[in-house]
Amino acid sequence: MTLLKRLLRTPEGTIGLVILAALLIAGLLAPAISPGDPLRIAGRALLSPFSDPSLPLGTDRLGRDVLAGLLYGARTSLAVGIAAALSAMLLGLFVGMAAGFAGGAIDEALMRVVDAFQIVPGFLLALAFVSIIGVSTPVVVFAIALGTWADPARLTRAQVLSIRERDYVAAARVIGMHPAEIAFKEILPNALPPVLALSATIVAGAILTEAALSFLGLGNPNLATWGSMIAEGRSVLRSAAYLSVLPGLALAITVLGVHLFSEGLTRALGHEGDSR
Amino acid sequence: MKRALLLLRRRIISSIPVLLIVVIFSFFLLESASGDAVDAYLGSIGGGDAALIKSLRESYGLDQSVFARLWLYLSSLARLDLGWSVAFNRPVRDLIAERLPNTLLLMGSATALSFGLGSALGILAGARPGSLRDRFLSIGSLIIYAIPSFWLGLVLSILFSVKLRWLPIAGIETIASGKTGFPRAFDIAEHLALPVGALSFIYLALFLRVMRSGMAEAWKLDFVLFARTKGLSRSRIVLRHVARNALLPLVTMLGLQSAAMLGGSVVIESVFAIPGFGRLAQEAVNGRDAPLLMGIIVTSAVLVICVNFIIDLVYAALDPRIGASEGRA
Repeated sequence: MTLLKRLLRTPEGTIGLVILAALLIAGLLAPAISPGDPLRIAGRALLSPFSDPSLPLGTDRLGRDVLAGLLYGARTSLAVGIAAALSAMLLGLFVGMAAGFAGGAIDEALMRVVDAFQIVPGFLLALAFVSIIGVSTPVVVFAIALGTWADPARLTRAQVLSIRERDYVAAARVIGMHPAEIAFKEILPNALPPVLALSATIVAGAILTEAALSFLGLGNPNLATWGSMIAEGRSVLRSAAYLSVLPGLALAITVLGVHLFSEGLTRALGHEGDSR
Repeated sequence: MKRALLLLRRRIISSIPVLLIVVIFSFFLLESASGDAVDAYLGSIGGGDAALIKSLRESYGLDQSVFARLWLYLSSLARLDLGWSVAFNRPVRDLIAERLPNTLLLMGSATALSFGLGSALGILAGARPGSLRDRFLSIGSLIIYAIPSFWLGLVLSILFSVKLRWLPIAGIETIASGKTGFPRAFDIAEHLALPVGALSFIYLALFLRVMRSGMAEAWKLDFVLFARTKGLSRSRIVLRHVARNALLPLVTMLGLQSAAMLGGSVVIESVFAIPGFGRLAQEAVNGRDAPLLMGIIVTSAVLVICVNFIIDLVYAALDPRIGASEGRA
């Protein structure tokens, strides 16, 4: 609870938390605010915003409700972003721990694999992966994770290697603790914080990658996504720019919220360090 | 010079296994695709009889086992042969060689712009950490950092190409303009202004933030305190001591971001219809062109390795401690 208080004391943390909470509520309450399929035809095509109270943000080229698209898009964006980041973190933690603990040839081999994933542009990899395996939400999630897990893996390994040499780990070894117990009780909890600090950047990156994939037509076509809304709006860019501008703004605000939240969290944790 | 050669040798030796992993991984990824290049080709020409299908499969080597084909691919790769594009019916190497310069121009300009402007603004912010100017630039960079580049590209093109009509909306140059020399260069610059702007914006913010935090750290170091007690002017301390010390992490960041920037150019090229490497990737995806997609992934990996080698050299030039005996991992 004190961390939340400290977080709210920083302006970044407060704004970030408010943005993320609003998005979460929008995503959760989307079925209540705009019941029914967000991709169904709701009214006359290309209705401009604020002209019909039942369709406050107007409709797109096919007469779909823009507000419903934005709300359900928040759902998709957050769900895919968080799921992809979580998978990337887990995979990275697992590989990084394995490399750090095993050492020797296994470490060398695993790190070369990490290198390979770092030199191939993650977005290109995700693009190729989705187009080959076929579009579905789990595939998109995994494709994004595939392009991002290398950073947490590298950091985890570095953490494990440095913590392994600390005195308290040596002490644990001396008192005869089982190596697995040392790994999970002594090393892992201390290796985690810097890796977790990466998670905000990874979530933000995953949200942007998801949007870019669906912008290029490689998102799940049965879901409302901001990326596909931006792409749809391109054909009427001259007459109805709001169709592309609104989902892009939503996207930018979401990513900003994630960054502000993480900035606030870093500062809140930093102050904790100072007072010690 | 000797240092550079040693660095080059180390980079090449360490890159070969990594590149091999990239090739093998992408080979098996493409192998798991349902339907091969022949199916895609038949789909595009409207089908064919069994004899044609068989002869096509044989000519692409698709009738052999997976490992035989992997070996075939690796050995042709060693001869710098990237295979045959099904969708374009041309050698993959020619296609890539044709498209790569446009992307290198786009990426190079975006890197120069974001690095130059980002570090300059970072110096402004880091000159007085905690000042109003620093707060303003820091918050501003956080907002810029959140803007998706492809959307920014669209917004910029609405503003400057549709509404104001200052700049062309798409392409790399005016088609069949007959321009040569300087007018042609100007024409290309006009076409690239918006895509470069859109691509570099997010990295500008990143470089600003790295520069600023590096400088904030450097202010606490003893040699800066010493420079201040010596009575050096503030601008001299900022530029010669603090900023210079914060430059190394910025160069590291440049290397780390080169892969991401190449990925970002895929979407930007699609927004602005630039016939580059990234757009080629999208065309390969649309045409289910596995050999082309494979060639693109391998080439992008080689490109990132090359960028990182250049970064190694810059690093060695900036920091004399980095010699031939110990380099960056």
